[in-house]
Formats: sequence, C-alpha cells, structure tokens
Amino acid sequence: MSILVDASTKVMVQGITGREGLFHTQQMLDYGTLIVAGVTPGKGGDIIADKIPVYDTCKAALAENPIDCSVIYVPAAFAADAILEAAEAGVPLVICITEGIPVSDMMEVRAHLDNTECRLIGPNCPGVLSPGETKIGIIPGHIAEKGDVGVVSRSGTLTYEVLYALSQKGLGSSTCVGIGGDPINGTNFIDVLDLFQKDRETKKIVMIGEIGGSDEELAADYISKFVDKPVVSFIAGQTAPPGKRMGHAGAIVEGGSGMASDKIQALMSAGALIANHPEEIPELLASKS
Amino acid sequence: MKLHEYQSKRLFSEYGIPIPGGDVASTAAEAVDIASRIGGNVVVKAQVLVGGRGKAGGVKIAEDHIAAGSYADEILGMEISGLTVRKVLIDQAVGIDTEIYLGITNDRLEKRPVIMASASGGIDIEEVAADTPEMIVREHIHPFLGLKSYQMRNMAVSIKLPEHLWKQFNSICQSLYSVYKASDATLAEINPLVVTSEGDLLAVDGKMVLDENALGRQGDLEQLRDSDLETVEENEARRYGLSYVALDGDIGCMVNGAGLAMGTMDIIKYFGGEPANFLDIGGGATAEKVSAALRIILKDGGVKVLLINIFGGITRCDEVAKGVVHAIEEVGVDIPMVVRLVGTNEEEGRELLASAKLATASSLADAAQKAIALAA
Repeated sequence: MSILVDASTKVMVQGITGREGLFHTQQMLDYGTLIVAGVTPGKGGDIIADKIPVYDTCKAALAENPIDCSVIYVPAAFAADAILEAAEAGVPLVICITEGIPVSDMMEVRAHLDNTECRLIGPNCPGVLSPGETKIGIIPGHIAEKGDVGVVSRSGTLTYEVLYALSQKGLGSSTCVGIGGDPINGTNFIDVLDLFQKDRETKKIVMIGEIGGSDEELAADYISKFVDKPVVSFIAGQTAPPGKRMGHAGAIVEGGSGMASDKIQALMSAGALIANHPEEIPELLASKS
Repeated sequence: MKLHEYQSKRLFSEYGIPIPGGDVASTAAEAVDIASRIGGNVVVKAQVLVGGRGKAGGVKIAEDHIAAGSYADEILGMEISGLTVRKVLIDQAVGIDTEIYLGITNDRLEKRPVIMASASGGIDIEEVAADTPEMIVREHIHPFLGLKSYQMRNMAVSIKLPEHLWKQFNSICQSLYSVYKASDATLAEINPLVVTSEGDLLAVDGKMVLDENALGRQGDLEQLRDSDLETVEENEARRYGLSYVALDGDIGCMVNGAGLAMGTMDIIKYFGGEPANFLDIGGGATAEKVSAALRIILKDGGVKVLLINIFGGITRCDEVAKGVVHAIEEVGVDIPMVVRLVGTNEEEGRELLASAKLATASSLADAAQKAIALAA
C-alpha cells in the first residue's frame, strides 16, 4: 500500500504540450503511470503519445474521463489559474510542479482550496512517486525501489539524492512526497506524516527539511505527539548565511527565525535521528530496526 | 526586491498616504536646492538598504538649507554596513508627538497577509517585538475579504489611538494594504507613523520589499532595483535566471535545485572544506544557462576547484554536460573539476563528458571529499 497515489490512479497532465509537460508525460508513461488526458488551452483535439487526448479545458477533460489526480507543468504566470481550474472541475488531488508562482497568487489559491475537498501538493515540488506503482511529477523513477520507508521532503533534487542513497543500500520507499519549497504551499509535513503514520506498509519515515519558516518545528511537535514510527531527518542549509535567499522563495533565514539549528534541535527533542548529510540516512534507518 | 525609503514613500503617496514634503538628492548642491524649496528645518537621510543608518550617523536634522548641504556632503559617499550611500532624502522636519509602528507582511503559518500595529513605533521596534510581543497587535487579512474597518478599530483601540484619529488611521491602513497588494509586496512598513504636534498622522519613514516572482507583471517597479545590493556576479546570474550567492571558500559549486545546492554546501563543510558559493541552475536548465553559470563561478579568483553535482529530474544531464563542454571550449577551465551526474539522461551526459578532463564521483560524499582534496 502506498499513500496518495497508486497504480490505479488516473492522471491528467495540465500543460501537456509544453516542453516540460511533453517530456515528463513520456517519462511518466514509460514508468507505467496511467495518464488518461491532457489539457492545453488552444490544443484541444490533439493526441499525445498516440493515445492521450488533449482538451482545451479541465472541464472538458473531466466530462469525458474519470480523473483522480492532475499534475501541472504550466508556466508560473498561469499556474495559480491552472490549480483553481482543476479544483473547480472536481479533481480531488492536484500536484503542481511549477516554480516561481507569485506568493499573493498562492495565498488566494490556498484561501479558496481550504473551502473545497481538493488536496494540493506543491507548488515548486517534484511530485509524488510510489515506486513500482506510479510516478506523478518529475522524480526520476529508476532511482527508487519499492520498500517500507515513507519519504517526505521540501526539496526537489535533494529528495532524489536521498531516494538514490536508499536504493544504493538496498532500501526502498512506500511513497515519496515532495511538498515543495515555497513559503505558501498546499500539503505540509504534518499532513504527510499523518498519512505515513496510518499507512501499514510504511515502517519508517524520512523527512527532508530546509531553512526558512517553521514547518519543521511544527512537524517535530506533531512527531512527538502522534508519530511512533522511527523518523530520520536531514535539514539543508546548515551553512547558509542569514539574510540571503537560497534559491527558492522559502529558503531564507530572516529575523532570527528559520535557522537549521533550531529545526534540528526541535526534531532531536521529538526523538528523530538527524543525518549530517543525505548519504548517512540509510545507516540511521538501519539503526532503528 | 527591497525598495529605498524614498521609493517606498513615493508609492505610499500615490496611494494617498500622507508623507512629508521632500525629494531625493545625489549631490550636496541638489540637497541645498531641495532644502531651500522646503524652507525651515529639514531631515537629511541616507538612502541605503540596511537597517541602523540613524545609529551610523546617516540621519541628521538641519536648521536650514546651508546646513542641509553640508550634512548631505558628509553623508553622501559614507559607508553603512558595507553599502555606499549614493542618495540622500531631504524631508521637511516635523514636530513629533507619538511614534506608531504600522506594517503588513505575509504570515507563512496562517497563509495570508497580516497587518501589525504598535504604540511603540520607532527605531527600537525589533526589540519591542522580541521583548514585549504583546505590544504589537495583529490582524490577519483574508485575501478575498480584504482589510475590514472593524480590524482597523481593533488595532486603533489596542494601541490607544485617540478617537479623532481613527478615520485617518483607517484610511492609511487601507491605502497601505492597497499598495501592498497592487505591488505584490511581501513587506510594506511605515515606521514611524507619527502623530505630529499639529495632531495629524504622517508616514515619516517607509520600507517595501517586493516579491521577486511577481516582478514580471509589475511593469516599471523592476526598474527601482538597486544593483548595489548584489555583486556583479549575482546580478549577472539573476539575468540568466540562476540563483548565485557568493561565499568565502575555495570550492566552487554548481548544483541543480536549491535544497541540493544547500546540501552540497553543507557536506563540503562537514568534511572540512569551504564552499565558494551557492549556485542553483534551477529546473530544466539549458546548456546556455549552464555555461553562463560556469563563467560566473570562475570569475571568483578564489575558486581552486569546481564541484558539479547534478541530479537530473526536470533537468537533463545531457543538457548540463553540453553546457560544461561549451564553457570549457569557450572560457577555458584551468582548475580541476569534480563532476557527478545522476538521473534523467545521465548516460548521454556522461558520454558527452567522457572526452573532457575531469574527475568523476560515485556519491555525494565522494564528490565532496575529492573536491576538498583537490583544493588543499
């Protein structure tokens, strides 16, 4: 059993005819992901990869196909609109890969989605991978094996590093969820920790955090109260200078908050094991068997 | 993107917030002209994007235009926290009765903007926030409802603002939220908002920070960027859509993804090395971007070894390899390189790099240790 998505999840791709959308649609198909429809305004009627119908709108796609999940590759200026379009069309799970969405757009999206049943993952995230079942997003599928470690991460490529390190030591994951690096996102650490805690197949949890905000501290509090599965964590940005934005909008130490040391302290107090670098994670997991 | 005080106040004024009469000067002569136009006492204020300029001697009160000129002469060219003062703002001096703090920012936890007010405004607001947080009142702003009048009354009552000023306060709060929203700001702050000796509210100082992700739809606001805040390399990187932050070490890093770039810096430090920079080439980087990234890193003369760590997802290893090969041909790389390519199109990437002279690494720890050994 995996969380959020599995082999039967029917996927729609928004921005399917764009450079990234097209490339990653092919990668997902190669992995075995069940893609049933694509959306690009103005390209309705096209067929992608000999079988996937393209629609002008989400509404049109949903009218002809049952859809469990939509994955978004549209450019940042149009991404918030795409999220809302999918949610309004009735898609229960939306995964937004797009990076660089203005924060005010995301606050509006969140304020609206809080009143709907739609779950958003991301934006600025690598998506969700349930090894051996489905991959929705951009995580390279071949680097991860099926197993019993649940992985949740605020980072993209750092997540791949961790999945790869696990595979190198013969460990696999139940599901890997990239929640994204933006200050305002959909699903947070606590939501995913809760799903992993309840999932029978997940025996251990890896949590990858980074500087900025206080989501890791809140997650630590949640772990100490509600999670009895072993948690191993790595926090990126221990050497980042304060006041400098490290790449994406969320990763900045400002006004004395968001520091890696505070997050590490909180997680250690909650009983999590802290890795000094990503490749230490497998041995720390092994020590908790 | 941070705006200067004079830029922020001009925006505030466009939205109807009362500010002191004044203008900005780049020379002492301009300062004299402005001060004589204003007449009477003026304040000469260094326009520099760091805090603590008053304590550094960058703010002076002049009794006339002659004094304003000599203060401007003194302040222009002054260094405050490493930044050179290139402009001074000459503002009409006002009699101050009370100093209020008023600011709007985004609350990450609540996922919406929050407006904050305090009766203890002025230069020590950060200490107030740290020591007596109850002295700052907050109202969250719903993105769809906007800022409501009752929220302003809540704040006015909490900061004990006299009732006859509520209407003015209401209008200033509303304008501040309008300019915040319209400019895609992540901070809009009036500190202090003063009650003058005449009994009016006036925005004596102002500060704004704009969302970098929204500048594309903000038209002219991008032109307000002060490039002094960035190094030449940081500026060039930004134009290529790269995130670059210069650091003090000798191991140049080129990585894809902010988290992995930070993780790579951390592991270099963990094994005893010093990273020379943070550089994220971003998702889906093209060969052209990669080659620009290499040029930028190599401009730092202190870089002794280059560590390239790419974990392809949306980024394709072959594109990165093409950029590396191109940069080697174009600029010539005469320092050792350690390259690690994993993920999307890694085989193609490795083939492209097979002819180049560089060390490859099997793991992140291996890459870091090899780079440290080569830098030693």
